[in-house]
Amino acid sequence: MDYSQFLAMKQEIGLLVLFLVVFIYDIFMPARAAKALPGVTAAGLLILTVAGFFPCLLGCPSDEAISVFGGMYVNSPIITAIKGILNIGVFIVLIQSIKWANSEGMAMRRGEFYDLLLVTLFGMYLMISARHFLLFVIGLESASLPLAAMVALDKSRYESREAAIKYMMTAIFSSAVFMMGLSFVYGLTGSLFFNDIYFTLALGEGVNALLILAMILVIGGIGFKLSLVPFHLWTADVYQGAPTSVTSYLSVISKGAAAFAFMVILAQAFGCIYEQVWEWMLYAIIILTITIGNLFAIRQRNMKRFLAFSSISQAGYIMLGIIADNVMGSAAMMYYIFVYIFSNLAAFGVAQAVENQSGKISIDDYRGMSKSNPALAFCMMLAMFSLAGIPPFAGFFSKFFIFTAAINQGSIEIYVLVLIALINTIISLFYYLLVVKSMYITPGEPVVARFKSAWSERLGLIITVGGIIALGICSCVYNWLLSTAAQSEFLSIFTRSI
Amino acid sequence: MNCITDILNSIDITPIWYLIPSLLMFCAGVYGFMTRKNMIAMLISIELMLNAVDINFVVFNRFFFPHSMEGMFFTLFAIAIAAAETALAIAIIINIYRAVKNVDVTSVNEMKF
Repeated sequence: MDYSQFLAMKQEIGLLVLFLVVFIYDIFMPARAAKALPGVTAAGLLILTVAGFFPCLLGCPSDEAISVFGGMYVNSPIITAIKGILNIGVFIVLIQSIKWANSEGMAMRRGEFYDLLLVTLFGMYLMISARHFLLFVIGLESASLPLAAMVALDKSRYESREAAIKYMMTAIFSSAVFMMGLSFVYGLTGSLFFNDIYFTLALGEGVNALLILAMILVIGGIGFKLSLVPFHLWTADVYQGAPTSVTSYLSVISKGAAAFAFMVILAQAFGCIYEQVWEWMLYAIIILTITIGNLFAIRQRNMKRFLAFSSISQAGYIMLGIIADNVMGSAAMMYYIFVYIFSNLAAFGVAQAVENQSGKISIDDYRGMSKSNPALAFCMMLAMFSLAGIPPFAGFFSKFFIFTAAINQGSIEIYVLVLIALINTIISLFYYLLVVKSMYITPGEPVVARFKSAWSERLGLIITVGGIIALGICSCVYNWLLSTAAQSEFLSIFTRSI
Repeated sequence: MNCITDILNSIDITPIWYLIPSLLMFCAGVYGFMTRKNMIAMLISIELMLNAVDINFVVFNRFFFPHSMEGMFFTLFAIAIAAAETALAIAIIINIYRAVKNVDVTSVNEMKF
């Protein structure tokens, strides 16, 4: 065996080194240095993030796709780009979690949180890079199992346990369903390599009932991870019960990685049965996801449940980039994930700061916050505007690009789909503005007294708000993603050249 | 005795002989997951589903694609993953048991809608 192949997975190896450093630091450092652990992890991840953008360090060394281990693992510029985006998100989550991780009850579990977080990130890397379903399933499981343990991290709190059991049961159930679908795909095509599946299906006699069943099971299995609508019922409970740092990680990083991996699977393995099979499945799922996510978000009073349903409907918008099935769709989807990371983490950052300080988590408790904590209220308002898609913030441009990409697909049905998504954008504006109204307009004494948030929370909010504004103004980010997507290996399959 | 052996020899074992039971196992698992109230029973139902997947992979590999071992290897990894999942789920169930003193799913219903 040629061991130099491992050099192609530089980012994974970097992450593994960081994991070992954190693990050993956690075990062997004296108690008085233990509080520096979150800072060490964040600094390590910052180095990893920056190094990932330079080809001479950890980035992808060439413009061509590098494929190793018999084609099971692929590294290319677009994959490095999405890993970089996820790294940025994880860095912000780490910064925001510092205060919580250094609080009283966390002294025994601080190291576990960071270890498990890095392991799940490793699993997501594998999911994104995998070009074989065996590696993909291993990545999926090592991303979702430690997350269940992270949800259960607050084990003295009852909600955390309930959320953990709900997450765990649905995670195992969905992976069983997903693997059942895979077994049928294997029976039909005789291979688990994405490319082999693609060519066997393209040269085969067409679509049969077993293939449709297999696709239903595969899409259903990943739909659970992405909390798309018929499979979303665990989301709100888990988001509410988990510690807020874990919730923000779950809603942003886990969802972004799963969405990108979903696109890779659908384009690379099942791209040739787009029109016959999965376009219509995805079509129905998108309409249901956006609409039901929006309608249920309106009636939520708990901030974390509210953000859960908002993230369900955002996942529906992300799926528009997949159904677009073109180069612009994938670039727009990555941009959407990037913007969504900043906007959602800003909202979670404010919610976390308020919760750490006062324990208040209901939207009604945000009343009058513009008077008592104007900076926090302003950050929350920007986050809500960006999530709702109000120009000039980044959320507007991400929605704009993803709608344009979907329309470029060309068929009349997609126009209808984009119209439905647009109507839903207006509905979503209503409930996002409810939060802003509660903070700025509703009369009455402020519920949360004036307080000074910790430096880490402020730093996290500065980064996210800066990102929301800068991504909306700088067009270079989208241009970079578009040019990376145009030369990526799996999009050559979009052109349907057999 | 001789005639029984003859009958057995005359039966042609095709993949259907394995795929139908595995499909039944999978459906029984889904049914059990939906209807059982005990968390351990739900976990057993999920194990049924995962084992049905394993049977499927092995049968497809053995009968249709005997020149490669992809399905067999997938099964080995799937068994290991299923073991890890069960271990973690049991740990969480024990944690729940400490809180509510039983393992009934109907007693874990604080958060709704």
